[in-house]
Amino acid sequence: MIGFPGTRSTSSFSSSSKRGCKDVDLVVALAGNANVGKSAVFNQLTGVDQIVGNWPGKTVERAEGTLQYHGRTIRVIDLPGIYSFSTYSMEELVSRDFIALERPDIVVNVVDASALERNLFFTVQLLELEANLIVALNQIDLMEKKGISIDYKKLEEILGVPVVPTVATKGKGISELTEGIVGLADHRRVPPAIRYGREVEDRIESLVSLLDKIEIGYPRRWLAIKLLERDEAITKHIAATDPRIVRAAEDLAKEIERIHGEPSGVVISAERYKIADEIAREVQMIRTYEDTLTDRLDRIALHPVLGYVAIVAVIGGLLAWTFIVGAWISGILSLAFNSIEQFEPVVSGPIGDILWNGAFTGFVAGVTLVIPYVLPFYIILAVIENSGYLTRISLMLDRGMHKLGLHGKAIIPLILGYGCNVPACFSCRIMETPKQKLIAAFLVTLVPCTARTVVILGLVAAFVGVWWAVGLYVLDIILIIILGRIAFKIIPGESVGLIMEMPSYHVPSAKVVLKQTWARTKSLLWIVFPAYIIGSAVLQAIYAAGWLNPVNSVLGAITVDWLGLPAVVGILLIFGIVRKELTILMLAVIFQTTDFAEVMSPVQLIVLALVTMIYIPCLATILSLAKEFGWRKASAITVFEVAFSIFLGGIAFRLLSLIM
Amino acid sequence: MPKEHVEEYLEAVFDIAGKDGTAKTSKVAKKLQNTPASVTEVFQSMARNGLVQYEPYKGVSLTAKGAEAAIKIKRKHRLLEVFLAKVLQLAPEKVHDEACRMEHCVSDEVSDAICRLLNAPARCPGGELIYPCEKGIESCMECQRTAGRSSSGAKRDIVPITDLKPCQKGTIAFLRGSQKVIQRLSDLGLTPGTEVTLRRKTPMAGPIEVCVRRTSLAVGHEIADNIFVEALGAC
Repeated sequence: MIGFPGTRSTSSFSSSSKRGCKDVDLVVALAGNANVGKSAVFNQLTGVDQIVGNWPGKTVERAEGTLQYHGRTIRVIDLPGIYSFSTYSMEELVSRDFIALERPDIVVNVVDASALERNLFFTVQLLELEANLIVALNQIDLMEKKGISIDYKKLEEILGVPVVPTVATKGKGISELTEGIVGLADHRRVPPAIRYGREVEDRIESLVSLLDKIEIGYPRRWLAIKLLERDEAITKHIAATDPRIVRAAEDLAKEIERIHGEPSGVVISAERYKIADEIAREVQMIRTYEDTLTDRLDRIALHPVLGYVAIVAVIGGLLAWTFIVGAWISGILSLAFNSIEQFEPVVSGPIGDILWNGAFTGFVAGVTLVIPYVLPFYIILAVIENSGYLTRISLMLDRGMHKLGLHGKAIIPLILGYGCNVPACFSCRIMETPKQKLIAAFLVTLVPCTARTVVILGLVAAFVGVWWAVGLYVLDIILIIILGRIAFKIIPGESVGLIMEMPSYHVPSAKVVLKQTWARTKSLLWIVFPAYIIGSAVLQAIYAAGWLNPVNSVLGAITVDWLGLPAVVGILLIFGIVRKELTILMLAVIFQTTDFAEVMSPVQLIVLALVTMIYIPCLATILSLAKEFGWRKASAITVFEVAFSIFLGGIAFRLLSLIM
Repeated sequence: MPKEHVEEYLEAVFDIAGKDGTAKTSKVAKKLQNTPASVTEVFQSMARNGLVQYEPYKGVSLTAKGAEAAIKIKRKHRLLEVFLAKVLQLAPEKVHDEACRMEHCVSDEVSDAICRLLNAPARCPGGELIYPCEKGIESCMECQRTAGRSSSGAKRDIVPITDLKPCQKGTIAFLRGSQKVIQRLSDLGLTPGTEVTLRRKTPMAGPIEVCVRRTSLAVGHEIADNIFVEALGAC
């Protein structure tokens, strides 16, 4: 494997994937453009619930699952969606190295049948990589709706690889696809090489002859094409082995440029598109078609005024719905639990009782605080994601995001951040440059996730006033804008503009929405419940052991003197590192009441909520930041946010004391 | 110090400067085949004119003014290379040295005329990018239009895609911008010669939505400004 700087992710490909465990008979990789239904095919094949969504770039982490078929164990790998094997993004580099060097037994090219030309452009590149290919012609229902029909047999003939029509969301064609995969594993087909136009083809061939003695795993013809395209990574790699080849390639590329007057990479892409267009013309019939739904909806969603109204309505609606429905369910659940056991801590008696009581309190808190807010949020988020509307928000807000050194796509991680910061941090990979990834992830950690929402609602909305809670949200957005602007100025690196595919709208299916909601909630619960139960038990133990006051008095200078809060919150802020809602839960444990208005003044409640909102990304977020950007940057963000929140909290305390 | 001299130095710093924008004096000296001492002297005088920032031991970096001048001279150099190679049919190995000598006496007007004649080439024979002129994108088509297309006859109406009206079609003529962005755009189907439809513009120079091969792309305004199309009729 080529040692690119910063390709930490490639190592995960090499180690585990192929013959990691002996009982895997076949390794199958799913590859294709973004947003063509790869994840849906993956879910159908493996039964794993990989999140699907109608926006490009959603699968950023490689997902893996296994499938049993006629006594064979097949490992399926869902690669991120890409349009090409250039070096535009990390995903493209990683995917091409995986296919070329790890050599999965089969590559399933998932193709959007309703945009055949663009998808075949990628198919051509997979054939150049000499993958053992099978094409899943997906979304044929959508294709038919768009008035297109495709002659599958003819396509199979031209490409020289099997073609299987599928509708993955409905499970259609999946068993045929599985059969095709197994069949291809037994009888590999060698498709004919795809020929370019004369000027390019001659030069590819003369380069291939030069590459005769190079043994680095990539197919030679593909290497020759990449050298002509001036592919950075490949050129560097070959230069290390034989710089003469690179010089020859450079001369040939210049010749191509002299003939066409365009950069050679563009010439080759254009030629490839010509091939794709020709194949498509041969096999498809198109009747005129107007996407009236998308057109009509976009007239509102992308309207210069109504478009922004729609964004405020949708995002505001999402949050309002979460609060209202969440509070309602939470109320019902707490009532139910209160009738079982009193929500009261036990601080004396045998240690077992103390721990058990703590654990139970933690469990109750998980059920009454998290589920009610997370579920409704994720349901509506899944609806919005699957509809295709997220990309419209991106487009409308692109201009504003430029001020933060980002572009429209960055709004997607930020919105996801309102649910949970962890997946939102990972989704920052949809940004193209390291600088933009880092800014986006930093801003994501400032977005109040559902956990922080619980704190803001539980402290401020419940005991001070709803409008104060809304005010905190507005303040948060203002902070994101200001800090984003500052980060843009101080973080070095380049920023690129928006280039994004706009999917058509479709009506989200209830099944997909519910599955997705459950998958997300489930993964959250795995973190939340242990953290709650253990955290709550530990706190009660600490309390019973009498260690609480020493800790709090150490932090007193900050909590009491500067922030004007009761001394006990010191320990809460420490526990809040694990999960933000632990602060409110622990508050209830310590004060032995859930009526916080009794023990704290409105100013104190607001200051505590404000500090909790921004003081530190929770432990899981810190870990994901470290994974994405390294420990240095993760700690820098953490330290900054702690210092900043304390600074801001102190000022808020002084200002609010004047007016309240 | 003669203008020619200063321009050579600007080019050298521009070529050598690494990611942080600084070039080591020793490297510049080597490139210009001069002694470090005399190079340092030149830099000190250039620093006084506000073209570079000079820090002893660290090296030299271009100021905004200096960078502007360097890009301008680079543009002239590369345009001349194309002109010499394509129009005058000079042997490729001679092109660079000839251009090196000519670049200093070519006026802006002449270099723009060459640009028009060559239909705004994106790259010089050496493959390096030719920087767009600083007149801004608006004038690139103005440039084409007012000067009238020369010899090749047919008058093509080449405009940035952002100048199309919603629903108007166009054929991609050429793309400008960084190599990565150009590659990305062509990978997504915006290859020269492809017919596209401008679907929608958003206000305040927001992104445009463009339809290509039955897929829809959103493209930021700055990037779209560098996609030049031959305008066709409305749909």
